[in-house]
Amino acid sequence: MTRINSAAELEELRQGILSKKDPDKPSIAICAGLSCLGLGNGTIISAFKEEINKQSLESKIDIVTTGCHGFCEKGPIVVINPEEICYLEVKPEDVPEIISQTVIEKKVIDRLVYTDPNSGEKATHMAEIPFYKNQMRVLLGNNSKINPKCIDDYLMIGGYSALAKALFEMSPVQVLEEVKIANLRGRGGGGFPAGRKWETTRNAPNEEKYVIVNAHEGEPGAYMDRALFQANPHSVLEGLIIGAYAIGSHQGFIYTRHDTPELRKNLDIALAQAEEYGLLGENILGSGFNFKVEVHFDVGIFVSGESSALMRSIEGKAPEPKPKYIRTSVNGIWDRPSNLNNVETWANVPQIISKGSEWYNSIGTDRSKGTKLISLSGHVCNSTIVEVPMGTSLKEIVYDFGGGIPNGKRLKAIHLGGPMGGTIPESLIDNPLDFDVLAKLGASMGAGDILVMDEGTCLVELARYFIDFLSGESCGKCVPCREGIRQMQNILTNMTKGKGREGDIELMEELAEVMGAAALCSLGRSVQNPLLSMLRYFRDEFEAHVKEKRCPAHSCKEAAIEGV
Amino acid sequence: MNNDRINGIFNKYQGQAGSLIRVMMEIQEEEHWLSREILVKISEKLEVPLSRVLRIATYYKSFSVTPKGRHEIQICTGTACHIRGAQSVLDTVQDLIGIKPGETDLDQKFSLETVNCQGSCTCGPMIKIDQVTQSRLSSAQIADLLKKYD
Ligand SMILES: Cc1cc2nc3c(=O)[nH]c(=O)nc-3n(C[C@H](O)[C@H](O)[C@H](O)COP(=O)(O)O)c2cc1C
Repeated sequence: MTRINSAAELEELRQGILSKKDPDKPSIAICAGLSCLGLGNGTIISAFKEEINKQSLESKIDIVTTGCHGFCEKGPIVVINPEEICYLEVKPEDVPEIISQTVIEKKVIDRLVYTDPNSGEKATHMAEIPFYKNQMRVLLGNNSKINPKCIDDYLMIGGYSALAKALFEMSPVQVLEEVKIANLRGRGGGGFPAGRKWETTRNAPNEEKYVIVNAHEGEPGAYMDRALFQANPHSVLEGLIIGAYAIGSHQGFIYTRHDTPELRKNLDIALAQAEEYGLLGENILGSGFNFKVEVHFDVGIFVSGESSALMRSIEGKAPEPKPKYIRTSVNGIWDRPSNLNNVETWANVPQIISKGSEWYNSIGTDRSKGTKLISLSGHVCNSTIVEVPMGTSLKEIVYDFGGGIPNGKRLKAIHLGGPMGGTIPESLIDNPLDFDVLAKLGASMGAGDILVMDEGTCLVELARYFIDFLSGESCGKCVPCREGIRQMQNILTNMTKGKGREGDIELMEELAEVMGAAALCSLGRSVQNPLLSMLRYFRDEFEAHVKEKRCPAHSCKEAAIEGV
Repeated sequence: MNNDRINGIFNKYQGQAGSLIRVMMEIQEEEHWLSREILVKISEKLEVPLSRVLRIATYYKSFSVTPKGRHEIQICTGTACHIRGAQSVLDTVQDLIGIKPGETDLDQKFSLETVNCQGSCTCGPMIKIDQVTQSRLSSAQIADLLKKYD
């Protein structure tokens, strides 16, 4: 690899890569996302390698292990390019046939393609499967086309052209303005306008500034950040470098989970390759701009995804948050201005710079722009990742993409935003995916994780579960959070065991109010959100547990009175 | 203890206090636990007070200051696995190997821990043994699976 020294050289390299690529050469893209991994894609990958070896086809067929294709429920997923023939639920026994029939003879194997569960209609190509066709895959669309371990693949699809545009055609202030006009809002949970945060850090009085990728992804049921980052690490990196240029930062950090080996591998390779090409380091693309990136790991506690805790962790200290009046965008890592954004937020940046804020503003609702990655889990036919425009109705997400509720059961409620989010009942799922609409309903977008619950789910038990989770994930520094969680945990556990007492619900509401006002960080101030939303829509269920010692969902076994 | 690998880690991060968590993580990945001896060495090499090293080692549940078994069983208790029956998977495993999360059996054959969402919600309830993901197992399948380890 040789260093690229100008925008022209970058284009030259891109043309070189494209001309060397034989567009007709078959390539087999095997999903190596987290779910396909669990569904046995390892054996599929080795089966393909073995078969290709056996038939001495190594020079004629490429095998690529890609990031997540979405549609995880139907994994392992294999896409045969260039035709984009998509095979679902592939088994090792299918492999020889796929090679001889599809790759060589160009014939489609009927039993492996998608069949619509209702109409029985088949769809052979990825773009024809309704699940993919109806999404708007701005960030995920390239996942099945590129090898995350190969920067040339990213360049081939136009990668780093947004960076070149920013560095050579725009001033830092112009980049900042573009992101502000685009109304890009943070994807990590708060929905805070990214441009405004960038501006605060840019204007903070200190020469040394930092930019950070939050890839901690601690919310249970949220797995879109890992999917995106692992599948297309350069898209996030490119956004980060552009942001650093706009903000005037020369040092970046990536904060991610330690327990996702494939992501770590792809990330290390991406950083090394970007540096070799001169897209990181000194004098990037010959522009005079310098920028380095360091990777740090979370070793497994939810609170370390909170901005000030995360920054303490990067300093090598225990991840305990600081009070909120200290703003990390001004006083962050080592008390220097530090701008933190979520993985998905950063990945949107190159898109905005390339296609412009006007294009970005054309997608979404009035105040929530662009697309959003959603991870569906729970009692839903397809536990998958989808990318849809903001404003898509929750119903469409659960039924059209998620395929509805399995086992003939009825939808009871959906929960958004994990342990700091909220639950809304089935009757409200016509509402759109929109930061402000969801907040008004007492839920929150969170990271974009939607937990689907059927009629057999007890919400008292779910409230207990979230509080139980948080009792192990709070740092314990401030009393309202530490003790408040413990008291709520006791009360809710008692309720699920049929030992709830009159006044318990009111006591929890009082605790929630104190925590909301007095806890140090957003963890302590938001833990009561799930509970409050459940009390808002399902109060009678809590009352039944307390007054009648009855679990209306027939789920709490120990509530052992009627209804069990 | 694999001294070459450990020394390699120390050489890479010598004197970098900010890399404390990373160094502990890399060593734990090699050794599966952090002995007192190692913790002291980390404090010396990175020039960080031992009290802070101990604090971090006991703060995170991913770090272990006691030896681990030959096989590590991780059970996901994320939301999706929870509502799909993670508790019964956990109960089954506990019954079969006789230890609770956070413990290692006397033969040092298995260690058991619960982990937060692993992002494989499709596979729920999910169990990982020595980093290999197993999806949607019944109690009987779990019993058969565990017999394969020694
Ligand atoms: C307890 C807690 C955990 C959090 N975990 C995450 C996380 O895992 N990923 C994330 O992007 N943001 C997380 N956040 C939000 C961050 O503090 C921060 O707002 C976000 O990373 C900013 O990026 P954005 O503006 O692009 O969304 C968490 C917040 C709290 C209070």
